[in-house]
Amino acid sequence: MSAIAATPAKTLPEHHYLNATYGIRSWLLTVDHKRIALLYLVSVTFFFFIGGFFAMMIRLHLLTPSGYLLSADTYNRMFTMHGVAMIFFFLIPSIPAVLGNFFIPLMIGAKDLAFPKINLLSWYIYVVGGAFTLYSMVSGGLDTGWTFYTPLSTVYSNSAVAPAVVGIFITGFSSILTGLNFLVTIHTMRAPGMTWFRLPMFVWAHYATSIVMILGTPVIAITLALAGMERLFGLGFFNPAMGGDPILFQHLFWFYSHPAVYIMILPAMGVISELIPTFARKQLFGYHFVAAASLAIAVIGFLVWTHHMFLTGQSTYAALAFSFLTFLVAIPSAVKVFNWTATLYGGSISFDTPMLYAFGFLGLFLIGGLTGLFLGCLGTDIHIHDTYFVVAHFHYIMVGGAIMGYLGGLHFWWPKMTGRMYPEWLARIAALILFVGFNLTFFPQFLLGYLGMPRRYHVYPPEFQVYNVMSTAGASILAIGYLMPMIYLTWAAFFGKVAGDNPWPATGLEWKTQSPPLTENFEVTPVVTWEPYDFHNRPDLGLDAVAVNEVLPAHGHD
Amino acid sequence: MQSPLPFFPEQASNFAGNVDALFSYILVTAIFFTVLVTLLAIFAAIRYRRKSPSEIGAEIEGNTPLEIGWTLIPLILALGMFAWGAVIYVNYRTAPKDTLDIYVIGKQWMWKLQQPNGRKEINELHVPVSRNIKLILGSEDVIHNFYVPAFRVKMDVVPGRYNTMWFRPTKVGKYHFFCSQYCGTNHAVMGGWVTVMDPAEYAAWLSDEGGDVNPVSAGEKLFTQLACTTCHVPNGTGCGPSLNGVYGAKVLLADGSTVTADEGYIRESILQPKAKIVAGYQPVMPTFQGLVTEEQILNLTAYIKSLQTQPVPAKGAGVAPATMGKK
Repeated sequence: MSAIAATPAKTLPEHHYLNATYGIRSWLLTVDHKRIALLYLVSVTFFFFIGGFFAMMIRLHLLTPSGYLLSADTYNRMFTMHGVAMIFFFLIPSIPAVLGNFFIPLMIGAKDLAFPKINLLSWYIYVVGGAFTLYSMVSGGLDTGWTFYTPLSTVYSNSAVAPAVVGIFITGFSSILTGLNFLVTIHTMRAPGMTWFRLPMFVWAHYATSIVMILGTPVIAITLALAGMERLFGLGFFNPAMGGDPILFQHLFWFYSHPAVYIMILPAMGVISELIPTFARKQLFGYHFVAAASLAIAVIGFLVWTHHMFLTGQSTYAALAFSFLTFLVAIPSAVKVFNWTATLYGGSISFDTPMLYAFGFLGLFLIGGLTGLFLGCLGTDIHIHDTYFVVAHFHYIMVGGAIMGYLGGLHFWWPKMTGRMYPEWLARIAALILFVGFNLTFFPQFLLGYLGMPRRYHVYPPEFQVYNVMSTAGASILAIGYLMPMIYLTWAAFFGKVAGDNPWPATGLEWKTQSPPLTENFEVTPVVTWEPYDFHNRPDLGLDAVAVNEVLPAHGHD
Repeated sequence: MQSPLPFFPEQASNFAGNVDALFSYILVTAIFFTVLVTLLAIFAAIRYRRKSPSEIGAEIEGNTPLEIGWTLIPLILALGMFAWGAVIYVNYRTAPKDTLDIYVIGKQWMWKLQQPNGRKEINELHVPVSRNIKLILGSEDVIHNFYVPAFRVKMDVVPGRYNTMWFRPTKVGKYHFFCSQYCGTNHAVMGGWVTVMDPAEYAAWLSDEGGDVNPVSAGEKLFTQLACTTCHVPNGTGCGPSLNGVYGAKVLLADGSTVTADEGYIRESILQPKAKIVAGYQPVMPTFQGLVTEEQILNLTAYIKSLQTQPVPAKGAGVAPATMGKK
């Protein structure tokens, strides 16, 4: 750990947002963005462990080809509810609603988000939506797959589809309001001197994410509303027996749900863009290109949705156009990876836990992104579509990418959020366990997929067993890797070593205030006079601007 | 391919080799970039590891030529992948003319298949080696997907429409087929075996079974039973167009457009007769939605296809006149 905090504080500051008021009312009626972020932290963690429990059931069941643990119907409920809990109630809100909520105002030098009460409202909407979905899980479960394909979901399923659909419909509004709040805040509440191109990349990433949330989420809302009406009142929107079109549902569903992937990954990219400059003590390489790549992903991401539908019988020309656009959206992601790697060059790199997560993200996102090429490519998609290859691919993006980013961010900002440091060595070990467990779980699934094992199978031919055993073994390791941070981070919040204002040190505005911050964030509105991630003109960081790590002369360029 | 840790499944169709080659090309590219970035990151992590607690990095903002380079090079590689993939896909979606047509119906949770001579199978498909096979896929309930990993082909089976897929088996043997679109409780057991046979054996197998009715004659019987013959008179004098020669030909519609009479068009005309009215006719045909099963539609379709070789009357035919300028 970098034990060189500028002024190591031995005690927490006397006044901060956590001790400003006390009592359950002070939390449930709070309009402080930091407290709302903690409310979200507790709720998304709850859904993460529900989704994780289902995942564990799935992996245990698949240990043998005939599946010894669950009935077919129970298995189908497990993977459906795993997907619903993880995607709608963990991945989509996780980084934006926890870290974004907490740090966007701090990073731009604002006292709060633009609409603090709407911020609290969006948490309540999330909770109400979550309650409906939990009700669906305990009152018959849900067995449609998280994709709700019609007419299976609207006509043939015998599970509690309606409450789940209502729950996701409601939760969508929480996303829309959060996105709206972020956009208005970033536009109107930046501190003096915080120009657009001085914004931390985390803020740029959330700007792009908010656009997707606001434009995309209404579409899933109306789609699920139509499906719900078909289910409850027999209106034939998608049911071909009544003249409806089941493929129309897929178009509408993926018009949101593909961009939703970017809602999950863009914020994680934002976190990584903070971690790498901080722990390499060097400016982010190609700041403008990385920011532009975020916006490009958000825009092109809206134009690729039918790559989930190449084999529905859609027009060949449509497939060609959407495959082409899918390859285009891969480019800005590649640009980001190259810029992060180049940032390391000539840096002063430390291996604190957040940086280990950043390295982990880099490797896993690379594999996740590159395996997307096989799926976006029409010729290979014919074979691997709807197989375990797809399952492996999106877990590399969503678990390897988004959750690595989320955990990296939590460790990085934990001292700011709680004022206390997590146990460094324990955290490093957990990060390593996660990385190993993750790869052992999901890499064999690429091989399973290419061999032809379809997804969502509760039993499978015996030739697929060896990779399934590996995957289940990996999942057990992965589970330990997730439990550890939950335990030691909770412990550290109460008993960890006092961190001080800027323990790393990092350059962002959020580190210019005390840890934990005041309810008003800053005593006086800060004035920004430095460029983002600049370690050279920042005497306040207490670093030695002279001891610059020299660049290899053969490759030297500025 | 009985290694303990297999990688490629068996290659048993005309598509398998090409799909595997494209896969390998993307794989090599992917491994190259993974190794490149990993090595660069490891190099940097060692070479630029922090040596004193207050050390900071060099002052480098970026490099525009590099940015352009690592935008354009991946773009060019990606376009190559796109183009190769597109060629395979277009080939896969465009069945050749000389196919052996087999009807496939998916329902929760079984496959019903029917050979051209009417022989029926359940969860089994027998095909001759080295023949182009076209599967015409329909569903009785939800969306399924017919997937043969050894052939590297799959296609969704969507209720309310027909999809088709084709392949040419290249190797005699027995191969798994699966349902790969989640379809409810027993999705995982909705599969079976494709048996690829020597053509002579296939012919013997095909004639082995006497019990099943030929779909064309079943369709002909239905055509009379449902009173289709009242209007669709072969010589073109009825209140509906003659169906002689209509399959595979262009049909001129009332709105002036033309449509190729394929399986999908025939199906639609039975279930939603008013969707596409043939030029010169009134929309008087009733819908048969709910009155005929998927199997009966297939039989009717088979019968109408068999009329392809019947003489087309000069007047009252569904086929567009030659002056329409067939492409």
